[in-house]
Amino acid sequence: MILDVAAYLVFFLVVALTYALMCLGLNLQWGFTGLFNVGVAGFVAVGAYTSAVLTTPDHPERWGGLGLPVAVGWLGAMVAGGVAALLVGAVTLRLRHDYLAISTFGIATAIQLVALNAVRLTGGPFGIESIPRPLFGLVGGRLAYNALYLAVVAVVVAVVYLGLERLVRSPWGRVLRALREDEAAAASLGKRAAAFRLEAFVIGSMVMALAGAIYAHFIGYVAPEDFLPTLTFQVWTMLIVGGSGNNRGALLGGVLVWALWSASGALTASVLPQAMQARGAALQVVLIGVVLAAVLVARPRGLMGEEATVSRHLRA
Amino acid sequence: MIGPQDVVNGLLLGATISLGAIGVTLTYSILRFANFTHGDFITWGAYAALAALGLWTAATGGGIGQLGPLSFGWPLLGALLVAVAATALLALALDAVLFRALRRRGTPLALVIASFGASLALRHLLVFAQGPQPEYFTREISIARELLPGVRVTADQLVVLGLTAALVLALHLLLRRTALGRAMRATSENPTLVRVVGIDPDAVARATWVIGGALAAVAGVLVGVTVQVRPLMGFELLLPLFAAAILGGIGSVYGAVLGGLLVGLAEALAVPVVGAEYRAAVSFLVLVAVLLLRPQGLLGEPE
Repeated sequence: MILDVAAYLVFFLVVALTYALMCLGLNLQWGFTGLFNVGVAGFVAVGAYTSAVLTTPDHPERWGGLGLPVAVGWLGAMVAGGVAALLVGAVTLRLRHDYLAISTFGIATAIQLVALNAVRLTGGPFGIESIPRPLFGLVGGRLAYNALYLAVVAVVVAVVYLGLERLVRSPWGRVLRALREDEAAAASLGKRAAAFRLEAFVIGSMVMALAGAIYAHFIGYVAPEDFLPTLTFQVWTMLIVGGSGNNRGALLGGVLVWALWSASGALTASVLPQAMQARGAALQVVLIGVVLAAVLVARPRGLMGEEATVSRHLRA
Repeated sequence: MIGPQDVVNGLLLGATISLGAIGVTLTYSILRFANFTHGDFITWGAYAALAALGLWTAATGGGIGQLGPLSFGWPLLGALLVAVAATALLALALDAVLFRALRRRGTPLALVIASFGASLALRHLLVFAQGPQPEYFTREISIARELLPGVRVTADQLVVLGLTAALVLALHLLLRRTALGRAMRATSENPTLVRVVGIDPDAVARATWVIGGALAAVAGVLVGVTVQVRPLMGFELLLPLFAAAILGGIGSVYGAVLGGLLVGLAEALAVPVVGAEYRAAVSFLVLVAVLLLRPQGLLGEPE
C-alpha cells in the first residue's frame, strides 16, 4: 500500500515537473516578454521526436535510429526546438502580437501533421517506441528507477529555474520587461525590440523542447496524440493559475494544475458510468477551461503574480 | 492532376471559409482580438440545427423531406434559423460572462487566451455529449450534374454558393447603409473617438457578436449539408479562417470573402499535389507567405 502510494507519487512528480518545465519556458515568453505562443505543444513535440530519432536503436522502416547517448538527444532536442522557434519568430515577431498567436497555432498544427504522416521519420500514428531510458542499468526495479529519474528531472528543473532567474534579473531581462510594458520607450533608449523578443522566444522554446525530450525518455514512446492543442492549453492554465511573470509561480502552477487534472481524471473515472468512461477526458478539459476563465476574470495575477522590481538604489 | 473540378471544389470550400472569416475579421477589427472560439461557433451552429431537426422529426413523426433536386426540405431552413439564433445567443453569453470583463480591463492578449480556453471547453462539451462519430442532417443524396464539361456540381452546392453571395450582399448593405453599420465601421477605425460622439461601445460589441455568430452558424449548417457534422469540424476550419482573414486584410469584409475563396482554392488545388493528409498545412503556408510578403493583406491598409 505504502509502496503503491510512493510509486504513484514519484510518477506524478516526474510528470508534474515536466509540465512545470514547459511552464517555465512559456513564462519567459509570455510572463516576462509578452509573447503569445499558442504552439507550446508543437515545440514540445519537436523536442520529444528529435531526441527519440537521435537515441533510439536502428529501425529498418525509419530514418534516424542513430542510437546516440541520451544526453546528445536532449541537447539535440533543445537545438531543434530553438531552430523551429527561430524560423517562426523571424517571420512573425516584428508583426502584431496576435499574429504570433495565430502563427504558432499554425506551426503546432503543421508539426502535428508531420508527426502523423511523415511515417519514415516519426513512425506515423503509432509513433516511436523503445526510446532508451537513461541510466537504466544503475538501479534495479521500477520504483527505484522512477525515483532516480525524478532526481534527474528535479536537477534539470532546478538548473533551468536558476538560469532563468539569473537571466530575467539581468539587464537583458530588464529590457524584456521594458519592451512588454512600453515598446516605444524601450526602443527610444536604443533597445532593438525584435532581437530581444527573438532571443526570449528561442530560449523559451528550447526549454519546452527539453521538457518534451524528458517526457519521451520517461514514458518510453511518443505518438502524435501526446501533442494535441489540449497540451498547450494545460501549460497556459498552469502559468495563469500560478502567476505569469513569476518563475516560482510557474513551478507552483505546473504542479498544482497537474494535481487538479489528475484528481479530476480519477473523479470522472469513478463517477461516470462504464459506457461514458472514454469521454471522461473531454469533461476534464471542460473543467480546466472553466478554471482558466475564472482565474483570468477573478484573479488575473494568479496565485503568486509578478513581484514588483525596484531599483536597489531606491530600496536602500 | 489538377482539373476544373478542383477549381469548383475550391470555390465551394472557400465559400464556407468566407462566411467564417467575415466573423473573424469583424471581431478582430472591432473588438480587437483574434478569437479562437470562432471555429467552435461553427460547430455549435451545426449541432444546434441538428438538435432542432431532431425535435422537428420527433414532433411530426416525418422526415425532413426533399425540395426538388436538393437533399433536404423546408424543415432544414427552419433549423438554420434556430441555429443562427442559438449561436448568436451563445456568442452573447460568452461575451457577458468572459470577454466583456477582460475587454474593460484593457488587456487584449488576455482575451486571446480566454478565447482559446473557451474554445477547448466548448469543443470538449460536444465531444462529451455526442462522442466523436460524425452525424448527418439527412441520408438523402443530392445528385451531381454536369454543369460544364468536366465539372459536376450538386444542387446543394449551388445553394451554398447562392446563400453565401446573398449573405455577403446583405452584410454589405448593413455596413454601408445603416446607422449600426456606420457605428461598427467607426469603432474599428477609432474606438476612442466613437465614444465622444455618443455611440455605445457595448452595443457595437453585441452587434458584432450577433453577426459573427450568425454567419458562423450558417457556415456550420452548410458544411453539415455538404460534408458532415463532427465536434471537431469548426476547430479544423480555424486555421483556414485566420489565414483567409489575414490574406484579405484584417477588418475588410470583402477581403475576408476574397481570402476565403483563395484559401479554399489553394487547399483544393494543393490536395492532388501534396496529398489529402497535408491539406491542413496549406492554409498555414498561405498564412506564412502573407505575413512575409504582404502582412497588411490584399485589401488591407499598411499600419
